Amino acid sequence: FARPARPLGPYDTQEAVTSYQQATTYNNFYELGTDKADPARNAGSLKPRPWTVRIDGEVKKPQTVDIDTLQSWFPLEDRIYRMRCVEGWSMVMPWLGFPLAGLIRRLEPTSKAKYVQFTALLDPKQLPGQKGNVLDWPYVEGLRLDEALHPLAFMAVGLHGRVLPGQNGAPLRLVVPWKYGFKGIKSIVKITLTEKQPQTTWARAAPGEYGFYANVNPAVPHPRWSQATERRIGELGRRKTLPFNGYADEVAGLYKGMDLRKNF
Amino acid sequence: MSTGDARQSAATAKTPDRRSSRPRRKAAPLGWLVPAVTVGGLLPVAVLIWDASTGALGANPIQRATLQTGLLTLTLLVASLACTPLRLLTGWTWPARIRKALGLLAFGYGVLHFLIYLFDHGFSLGVMFEDVLNRPFVTVGFTALLLLVPLALTSGRNAVKRLGFQKWTRLHRLVYLSAGLGALHYFWGVKQDIVPPLLYAGVIAVLFALRLVRRGPTRQKASPA
Repeated sequence: FARPARPLGPYDTQEAVTSYQQATTYNNFYELGTDKADPARNAGSLKPRPWTVRIDGEVKKPQTVDIDTLQSWFPLEDRIYRMRCVEGWSMVMPWLGFPLAGLIRRLEPTSKAKYVQFTALLDPKQLPGQKGNVLDWPYVEGLRLDEALHPLAFMAVGLHGRVLPGQNGAPLRLVVPWKYGFKGIKSIVKITLTEKQPQTTWARAAPGEYGFYANVNPAVPHPRWSQATERRIGELGRRKTLPFNGYADEVAGLYKGMDLRKNF
Repeated sequence: MSTGDARQSAATAKTPDRRSSRPRRKAAPLGWLVPAVTVGGLLPVAVLIWDASTGALGANPIQRATLQTGLLTLTLLVASLACTPLRLLTGWTWPARIRKALGLLAFGYGVLHFLIYLFDHGFSLGVMFEDVLNRPFVTVGFTALLLLVPLALTSGRNAVKRLGFQKWTRLHRLVYLSAGLGALHYFWGVKQDIVPPLLYAGVIAVLFALRLVRRGPTRQKASPA
């Protein structure tokens, strides 16, 4: 396992980083196939340049911005985050990118903005999995505005010090380390500030199994399996899953007074 | 439609011409068939062990091994269920001879699947019972495997004699229930890609329907002969 040469930042985990090989060959990205190995095999069809991101909804200046321009707005930072998949496995990912909060603030949300909705690319030529209807395409995810403004919420453009590979959501993806991995929408083409809670893809596909919040919570089992433990990729045994994926000190306050069994 | 065609071919199989070739078949008893099926059926274990040792099972080898042994269980179970319809439709006798081997292989893979699940959870019986009792997905899978236990125990020729053919046949009808629950287990196990489990369920349903449809006519044909 590689250790970063730089000193760890306040949000970095000290845990052993998942290898580049494993982080890029074991992926959930249904637009590139439903098997874990499919996205790495099929990522060649995804063209991350040229790429634009549409910004609209409750913002002062709706606009369409080129990915390179958007990236140049912020200095790139490293973040070593745990990533816990709803299926019961986890990785430690060294992301490269910028905090989502900086982007949201720059977009100047109006007073009506309560949520941020993210939309992924819809293009069956680039994302052949969209020829089937496993899910409703395009993939949509969302956060409450205060979640999006939390310093842990991150937009990744790189991994392991390299440009983000297609199978990991090139050229731009969301990373919300205290939530299940499916919240981390890949290959984003649109960011919309909204007044109402967005209809997110998995919550629409199986509302009894995947909620809007999707905070990592060992106390709330998935209807079909326990969420109490997880397998860290690269390890044989299982380890205990931590509330909010180990980020409870940072984020639990966002959900004060909420019933997390109902708002799973 | 295809059933009609098959019935015709089954009927042609009973023409005197074909019948005359039957004693010759007995002379060549396909003695290699069952050993070949057994060895072929065990090959995936060797592949699995090889893949595990070379890292070819990917980043999450236990999950991959669980999935593969589960699929093998269901596939072999379906293959064993296909033997009798295949014999009835074609008039071939060899499918009946490999049925037991296929069924036992299916049971073996089911046990292996279960052992890998137990290993995955540190052989914790507490976790197992919690899963079996609280999660229908696990409940049906566990039940499907339990149903195969009496069938595996009575797979020998002696058991048929001991139980009597009728009782034995009735007991072994449980295999349809087990296969159905196995397909349901698979269906509930996938996150969203439900096509493969539906294909298995469809094939099992067709095989079951073939048995129901075939039962009447076969007996009628059998009595004048």
